[in-house]
Amino acid sequence: MSGVPILSLVTFLPLVGAFLILLIRDDGDAARRNIRNVALLTTVFTFAVSLLIWIYFDNNEAGFQFVEKFAWLDSGISYHMGVDGISMLFVILTTFLMPLCILASWDSVEKRVKEYMISFLILETLMIGVFCALDIVLFYVFFEAVLIPMFIIIGVWGGKRRVYASFKFFLFTLLGSVLMLLAVMAMFWQAGTTDIPTLLSHGFPENMQTWLWLAFFASFAVKMPMWPVHTWLPDAHVEAPTAGSVILAGILLKMGGYGFLRFSLPMFPLASEFFAPLVFALSVVAIIYTSLVALMQEDMKKLIAYSSVAHMGYVTMGIFSMNQEGVQGAIFQMLSHGLVSGALFLCVGVVYDRMHTRDIAAYGGLVNNMPKYAVAFLIFTMANVGLPGTSGFVGEFLTLFGIFKVNTWVALLAATGVILSAAYALWLYRRVVFGALTKESLKGLFDLSGREKVVLYPLVILVIFYGVYPAPVFDATAASVKALVNNVTVSIDAAQTAAAN
Amino acid sequence: MTPELLSSLSLSMPELIIAVGAMALLMIGVFSGERANTTVTGLAVALLIAAGAWMLVFGHDGQGYGTAFISDPFARFMKLLTLVGAVVTLIMSVGFAKAEKFDKFEFPVLAMLATLGMLLMISANDMLALYLGLELQSLALYVIAAINRDNVRSTEAGLKYFVLGALSSGMLLYGISLVYGYTGHTSFEAIAAALTGGERQLGLVFGLVFVLAGLCFKISAVPFHMWTPDVYEGAPTPVTAFFAAAPKMAAMALIVRVTMGAFEPIGLDWQQIIVFVSIASMVLGAFAAIGQKNIKRLMAYSSIGHMGYALVGLAANSEAGVRGVVIYMLIYLVMTLGTFAFILAMRRKDGNVEQIGDLAGLSSTNPMMATILTILMFSLAGIPPLAGFWGKWYVFLAAIDAKLYALAVIGMLASVVGAYYYLRIIKIMWFDEPVGGFQPMAGELRLVLGLSGIFVLFYVLIGGPVGQMAGAAAKTFF
Repeated sequence: MSGVPILSLVTFLPLVGAFLILLIRDDGDAARRNIRNVALLTTVFTFAVSLLIWIYFDNNEAGFQFVEKFAWLDSGISYHMGVDGISMLFVILTTFLMPLCILASWDSVEKRVKEYMISFLILETLMIGVFCALDIVLFYVFFEAVLIPMFIIIGVWGGKRRVYASFKFFLFTLLGSVLMLLAVMAMFWQAGTTDIPTLLSHGFPENMQTWLWLAFFASFAVKMPMWPVHTWLPDAHVEAPTAGSVILAGILLKMGGYGFLRFSLPMFPLASEFFAPLVFALSVVAIIYTSLVALMQEDMKKLIAYSSVAHMGYVTMGIFSMNQEGVQGAIFQMLSHGLVSGALFLCVGVVYDRMHTRDIAAYGGLVNNMPKYAVAFLIFTMANVGLPGTSGFVGEFLTLFGIFKVNTWVALLAATGVILSAAYALWLYRRVVFGALTKESLKGLFDLSGREKVVLYPLVILVIFYGVYPAPVFDATAASVKALVNNVTVSIDAAQTAAAN
Repeated sequence: MTPELLSSLSLSMPELIIAVGAMALLMIGVFSGERANTTVTGLAVALLIAAGAWMLVFGHDGQGYGTAFISDPFARFMKLLTLVGAVVTLIMSVGFAKAEKFDKFEFPVLAMLATLGMLLMISANDMLALYLGLELQSLALYVIAAINRDNVRSTEAGLKYFVLGALSSGMLLYGISLVYGYTGHTSFEAIAAALTGGERQLGLVFGLVFVLAGLCFKISAVPFHMWTPDVYEGAPTPVTAFFAAAPKMAAMALIVRVTMGAFEPIGLDWQQIIVFVSIASMVLGAFAAIGQKNIKRLMAYSSIGHMGYALVGLAANSEAGVRGVVIYMLIYLVMTLGTFAFILAMRRKDGNVEQIGDLAGLSSTNPMMATILTILMFSLAGIPPLAGFWGKWYVFLAAIDAKLYALAVIGMLASVVGAYYYLRIIKIMWFDEPVGGFQPMAGELRLVLGLSGIFVLFYVLIGGPVGQMAGAAAKTFF
């Protein structure tokens, strides 16, 4: 595979598709069909190419692979791409979810199909770029540029309060990001470079680490989102179109976790150690509080949104437990949550397309005339709860295991979240799917269409597959995570030894 | 003619071309009657381009007229920006002149004279040369602001600008006299030499404050910004575009040269002034723009904010800072020209409109226009990968290096507030229901808007060379 710039290829392939769509004149059904087809083909092709990354990925190599580096701007900012075990699977997750998103919007998006598909393809490029960038400025450019298409997607194709939601999403995230930008600048002057591999081994002075960590935390905590800066998420999720919610929950939230793993932990290990109790506290609050909030929701999407915040609590907890189990569990939890929450939003989208309401109270007894849907929804609900045998269990278990080694009380409190998540998820499922089919409006509903099966069944298979056999993920991530945890531990030990002397 | 005069003349050839050309155009305008405007504008554009071409081909480093006139890479870079601003706004005025019966040939002539003043400002290396250039520019601009003399708002704008401008000129002159009194020199190098090592006197700091106040007025930095919204709103749109583009380049170049040249030894004194002015401009620009309904007024507050960001680089008092200022001004110029090309194209059947509400649903009625303006607005808000982000990157990078953390944090937070009103324009164009489209754009506006959109979108690809050019310009002072 040497010589082929496969990461750039995967990153910018969607842009080619967007350009092709730009050339199609948007009038009439035929043009719209062409636009949808081009978008679907582009994303499927991108996915196929991205699988090559996984195939040729060397699981034993802890460092970056498929590296590309070119001089770009002055002051040493270069176009530097590469993946390691931590980032590689996020690229695959992104390219995997995109075709499903395109398919999920096949009929439900009728106005401005052209702009819609272009926005999604641009979004895909930017998201892949975030996970591949090995220059911190390049990373920032991708990271923040994501706001542009997402703002348009929520604002144009969203629900009733879309304007409020899109502004809140944009400004909240921007506010966190600009502080990170200043930290990036400070790092540039301190280390003389913006190259991530160099920065990883730089070793920032301890007092500087504190400030840099806080600035990065501001950005990633909003993105994650962590309690108490999570309030943009329910709004954005509820108002976004189905595919937008899938991308938000599936990929955008993972950028925060990825950021913690790529920057906060290895670059500022001392500050991470120092602030870990804060992160634990916020995570526990997120797990318990947002789970309780989720219990009270009347809106299906809002319920899943709060459940996302709770699940992200496990991720932050696992990351900052700073041991092999916790970090690998966090990565697995992020990947699994990307599949599960994406799938849950798709499930909501299925009934929303038919009924045009997300009120839980408007549904009930769907199992009677939508059995296939009920089964798929059940599996995703169980995965969301973290039932053994589904992918949700593996991540939750490992993060709890990791944190248990660090702090038993945190683990105990976080474990209550498992019970609470069972409560809200099962209650949602009971109210929507079980019971007698009494409502007149629901009686005409038909089961999953062929397109919807194509969207949901792969997710069903993957959720169960990774629940039973998570090894492929762990094999890919193990070496890099081990190196990461090792470096962090060594730095912390060195600092403690130095302090003791 | 002495060889010294000859070399001075050759050094200032672009200025001479414009000066002589403006006189000639005045005659042509007077004698050719009715359809003079288009001809004169065309010739003015040609002359300005000729002056710029001369500068690029034959321009060389040196001083002329004693030490009063200086030509160096920084001066040439900023002159180029000024000339681009002037040329593009003159080209954009042609269509407007036809449609709105704004066919006064005096506009291109006055614009040329103002441009001449700006070039002299940029090349000024002496307090007197500074004042002469500044006044030539200002007097021409006073008239241009009020050029639509039958319109109440335009005359009000002109009068307001004149009264406040005269006041600021007075302050500037007073400051210059104080500086002269305490150092005994008017030449920048001599002032810097006199300030080096010697004890810093309080009177001199007064002089510095007055000089900077006069200059801040010209770039409409807070607290000397009051004229800006009224003049932007009241003046005919091509005039506003001219105000927003060219004079800002020249005045910013002048501030850089005065602070980095003449007052370099007392950097700590002017640094805190610039920090204050910068913070005030960024914050006011961000908050005051939120409530605006008129897009020209909004752009006025936006330009106040952007001048604040450019000053962040200057406040750093370093080579990286000056480079940041130069890059910022370049990017600001392109974004401003593009935005004003758009504003000039906001035409319905019954004439031009200026309200932001008129943009509602533009993405369905004029998708191309709306898309490019969206790109420009995201860029003005400083969202990567667009050009506006890189402008902010370089100035804040310098500020962090200079350990101006408070300035950097406040500036960044202000940019988030500022993002709100740029987003509001995007929201109105994309999320709201259409209220009827605009007339098709004129060819020249389409070109300007398109080019500016392309520049902003693809700046990531050309950022390297542009950064090097700006770096070469900034090296002048170090």
